[in-house]
Amino acid sequence: MELAPYLILGCIEGLVTAAVLALMAVGLSLVFGVMRVVNVAHGEFFMLGAVLAWFVADQLGGHPAIAFLAALIIAPLLVGTLAMLADMTILKRISYDPERTIVATIGLLYIIQQLTLMTYGSNARPVEPPFNQRIAIPWFEWTDGGLSLYWPWGLGTTSYKLAVIGFAIILLLGIWVLMTRTRIGLIMRATQLDRDVAQAYGINVDRVYAMVFGLGAGLAALAAVLIVPIQQAHYLMGHDPLLLSFIVVIIGGLGSLVGTVIAAVMIGLSDGLISVFFTPTLAKIIATLMVTFVLIFRPSGLMGSK
Amino acid sequence: MLEMRSVSSGYDGARVLQEVSLSLSAGEIVCILGRNGAGKTTMMKTIMGLIRADSGQILYHGTDLLDVPPHQIAGLGIGYIPQGRRLFSELTVAENLEIGLMAGGKGNATRDKVLGMFPRLAERLHQRANTLSGGEQQMLATGRALCLEPQMLLLDEPTEGLQPSMIALIRDTVVALKETGVGILLVEQRVDAVLSIADKVMFLENGKSQDIMPASTLRENPDLLKKYIGV
Ligand SMILES: Nc1ncnc2c1ncn2[C@@H]1O[C@H](COP(=O)(O)OP(=O)(O)OP(=O)(O)O)[C@@H](O)[C@H]1O
Ligand SMILES: [Mg+2]
Repeated sequence: MELAPYLILGCIEGLVTAAVLALMAVGLSLVFGVMRVVNVAHGEFFMLGAVLAWFVADQLGGHPAIAFLAALIIAPLLVGTLAMLADMTILKRISYDPERTIVATIGLLYIIQQLTLMTYGSNARPVEPPFNQRIAIPWFEWTDGGLSLYWPWGLGTTSYKLAVIGFAIILLLGIWVLMTRTRIGLIMRATQLDRDVAQAYGINVDRVYAMVFGLGAGLAALAAVLIVPIQQAHYLMGHDPLLLSFIVVIIGGLGSLVGTVIAAVMIGLSDGLISVFFTPTLAKIIATLMVTFVLIFRPSGLMGSK
Repeated sequence: MLEMRSVSSGYDGARVLQEVSLSLSAGEIVCILGRNGAGKTTMMKTIMGLIRADSGQILYHGTDLLDVPPHQIAGLGIGYIPQGRRLFSELTVAENLEIGLMAGGKGNATRDKVLGMFPRLAERLHQRANTLSGGEQQMLATGRALCLEPQMLLLDEPTEGLQPSMIALIRDTVVALKETGVGILLVEQRVDAVLSIADKVMFLENGKSQDIMPASTLRENPDLLKKYIGV
């Protein structure tokens, strides 16, 4: 057996995981960075994104591509709006006090989860991908006639998975541009650095916070819509991504968006490769070990300051 | 322009300012003197709405600032230079100024004017604020406030940790602003530096306003300083 084609397969699977994880973790990191809020309900925003994607696609019917595109736009907007409302009605009320926000977001987690269970039920439901061509993974072999291509049996990926990777890269670049090149990004960074002085310079901190919380939740929902054609929507699907996002944010350095993306790629790739060659459980164990080592040797994370 | 009437404020339970009253006119420099912990910074934060006052009124051109949402106070033409400068440390010089411009001012014209006043900032537009020297940081903190073309300026210990030439630059800037009609509320520890430029001096002790007097009275009777702040 050639090893290399399996490596390629593992990398592609890993990059799909990394793409979804990076989007979700960047949302978590943004909320923590700007607002100093540890959002324990982030996984539920992810789950809601997936469930709403199923709902939108199911209601619309028609061609899978159109239904999916509608879900891709509507689900993150709805989830983002819901998060903004939660920020304005709950988090603002408790003055973003670190301990109380943790308790409040735990409460939010259970409310969202149980309401989903009561309405959507406990079934896992699929959303059809917009397109799904099978792509076999090619490899070379030496024959008498020299080098020739062949397709190892049973090894392949889909066009949709490759599109997820590409789309996530575009979105992450978009967020980077938003944060570093736009007025609204400047306002968010200033608020992150000194909330009071930002306010004394005319920045409406309440609005920035609502927006950041909405944006963070919207990113989680977006990640979920991308993954739901591969994984199915289920009311408990938020748990693992939440844990992995925390791991990624800690490894990357709290509040550092670049570090978060690097860590997501590391965790995603190791997850993909180890799952292909060994088992997914081992992949999770290794991810946890990575956090431990990062925390021992670089307590502020890869790109963390302070 | 500014009139504080019996303003009391503080932090969660601990009352710091007690019924402080003060008035400031356009083109006037009022200096607040007081020992460490007297409540000078608290008074500035209360005017900016960063701490909610418990009672009293802060009238600015007739509007009670206590009824104005904190983020709209800068837009009324009030520039704040906090104690310790509090720049947006990881933002560049240009970005720090940009934040000031968002709150008021006339865009590029204002920016050019401010950079003209502090040419050293113009040479360092893309340098991060936390890599500037102390003097440059104070220039940036001042420039950031001037970017909103303030009618009233709150300066909290602007000369802290600066060498004499920088102190002179700050003083000249303050005097020049006064001459254009800006009202200035100045907190300062260096009594000597203050007496030469201030119009009025207010003594603050344990959060209470003691006497307010013309600076000339103090210049003539240095003994009074002993009585109020023990120097
Ligand atoms: N965030 C806060 N929470 C609680 N108490 C505070 C807070 N900030 C200041 N204080 C208290 O309020 C009082 C006045 O502080 P303030 O900073 O206004 O003094 P100051 O006159 O500016 O002193 P300095 O000359 O040292 O700057 C002090 O007793 C201080 O301990
Ligand atoms: Mg002070």
